[in-house]
Amino acid sequence: MNDISITAVLFFVLIVGSTLVVTWWASRRTSSASDFYTAGGGLTGWQNGLAIAGDYLSAASFLGIAGSIALFGFDGFFFSIGYLVAYLVVLYIVAEPLRNLGKFTLADMITARFNTPKVRGTAALSTITIVLFYMIAQLVGAGALIQLLLGIDYWISVLLVGVMMTTYVLFGGMTATSWVQIIKAGLLMIGTLIISFLVLAKFDFNIFTMFKEMATVTEHGAAYLNPGLRYTNGLDTISMMIALVLGTAGLPHILMRFFTVKDAKTARSSVIWATWLVGIFYVLTIFLGFGAAAFVGTDAIVAANPAGNMAAPLLAEVLGGDILFSFVCAVAFATILAVVAGLVLSGASALSHDIYAEIVKKGNITEKEQVMAARIGSITISVISILLALGAQTLNVAFLVSLAFCIAASANLPVIIYTIYWKKFNSTGAITAMLTGLISALVLVALSPNVWNPVEGAAILVGEAIFPLGNPALVSVPLGFLGGYIGSLIGGKQSADEEKKFREVDVKANTGISVQDISH
Amino acid sequence: MAQVKHDIVDYDKIAAQQSFKDLVKRKKGFLWTITAIFLIAYMLLPILTSYTDLLHQEAFGGISWVWIYAAGLFIMTWSLCHLYVAKANSFDREAQAIIDEYVTNGGAR
Repeated sequence: MNDISITAVLFFVLIVGSTLVVTWWASRRTSSASDFYTAGGGLTGWQNGLAIAGDYLSAASFLGIAGSIALFGFDGFFFSIGYLVAYLVVLYIVAEPLRNLGKFTLADMITARFNTPKVRGTAALSTITIVLFYMIAQLVGAGALIQLLLGIDYWISVLLVGVMMTTYVLFGGMTATSWVQIIKAGLLMIGTLIISFLVLAKFDFNIFTMFKEMATVTEHGAAYLNPGLRYTNGLDTISMMIALVLGTAGLPHILMRFFTVKDAKTARSSVIWATWLVGIFYVLTIFLGFGAAAFVGTDAIVAANPAGNMAAPLLAEVLGGDILFSFVCAVAFATILAVVAGLVLSGASALSHDIYAEIVKKGNITEKEQVMAARIGSITISVISILLALGAQTLNVAFLVSLAFCIAASANLPVIIYTIYWKKFNSTGAITAMLTGLISALVLVALSPNVWNPVEGAAILVGEAIFPLGNPALVSVPLGFLGGYIGSLIGGKQSADEEKKFREVDVKANTGISVQDISH
Repeated sequence: MAQVKHDIVDYDKIAAQQSFKDLVKRKKGFLWTITAIFLIAYMLLPILTSYTDLLHQEAFGGISWVWIYAAGLFIMTWSLCHLYVAKANSFDREAQAIIDEYVTNGGAR
């Protein structure tokens, strides 16, 4: 695989080239802060839906889930289920109020009710933390993957991805990032459909034949088709499933996607598009995983990458030769680029809009300065994450994605729900909700088996884990809610002003009234 | 979406309208009931697979119940998405009626 074929180079050049053309086109339409952060709120429902799907179908989804299913059967499919049902939480609880109240960031929405620098700063801190963890995981994964695909050094791979993502964001802002997402989501769906079709053809287009054969082809026998191969601790499984379903509604780069449309109605339709696309994709992950287990074989998958990340590309090679392999690899590369670009943008919005423009400059900032700040923020976030990723090469960082989901579920979701729905919530509660969720998720992970393992090399540190669960959501999400509740009690009774503010938020969230006043 | 032309909106006045209170109450009732239902349906999956063997049994043709349950969750997600849109569209109409009522009764004041 280390020989780079002409076809592979061709596909890479085509994809990278077309995204650069998009960036150049987008750069000419990016002049205001609103253009930069939210593409001027001008995306249509299907465009934003595809872009949400693009944000969501990261390399972890595409390569990770296919590999997990290939190696662990049904247990790998847990991710697909969790990630999909999560959209219902987004749609029912978060999407429309967020669109109606916010401007560029999550902090905007919370400060629509509690306009203090402390609340905004805490929200920005939580966003930046999630973005950095998520990004390190993506960049380290990307580095390892490109190293594997193209046979170039890890540090060159990380730099390559880093330079590309910075280019998209810096010049094209949200418009470029969105269109890169849209292109990549389309290509990913096409690639996945082709592979799934070829896999099904091998099973005579009969699902029952497929299941019957899958019960015999792996070393696990019939157990492959039932849960229990990977997740044996009930509480751990439950905890992970909580993080998956509640985390999405708190992920900054997903939340940001609701500011790129003009109103709540469009936000709604974009979630429908995304849910269908992502749902179909996750159904297809079964064929990717099963196909890889049957036609590539567990041994070959593990030999290429112990976590199973190469299952989908290897399957493409077996089924469609060099051309399909190159295509899938190029799509995987585009996937990584698009997701990290979206992450940079959401990190930059917290840094430049929340912290610099709103807190440091107290909102006294010209349009031109805002765009400049956004660009500087993007570079800052990019450089920090590239440096962290270069330093984390040898660490096992696969758990960082689930940590990001866990922080999002524990620190962001409680404050979002309280802000929209709880009358007696106050600014003390907002701060304690975010800090309790954030700190408890971080501390519990630091004490978990993901960080501590008695066997040297199995985790980051050697020793017994104090906290038994790999994913702390089961404990940290309730703590986030509890923190917000207790904080609100300590904060005491609301002033007449705060009560008035809640009525305003309630009216705006529920009617969408004057959304144009707060978005421009 | 609901829109008014005034720069200043008297939110207290809208919040005090009976029509607004009714809408919020019914909307919250709908959203949280459905949310509770799908979260329970969803969490039952890992609970059942971790602590019972119910879903490990074969349903038909070599496929065990866990796949059927998972397929059910997919179908549930898509169906509830469309239920939401239908409901939200009717809430939109009510929201517009509330704004109209506000404007008729003196608007921005």
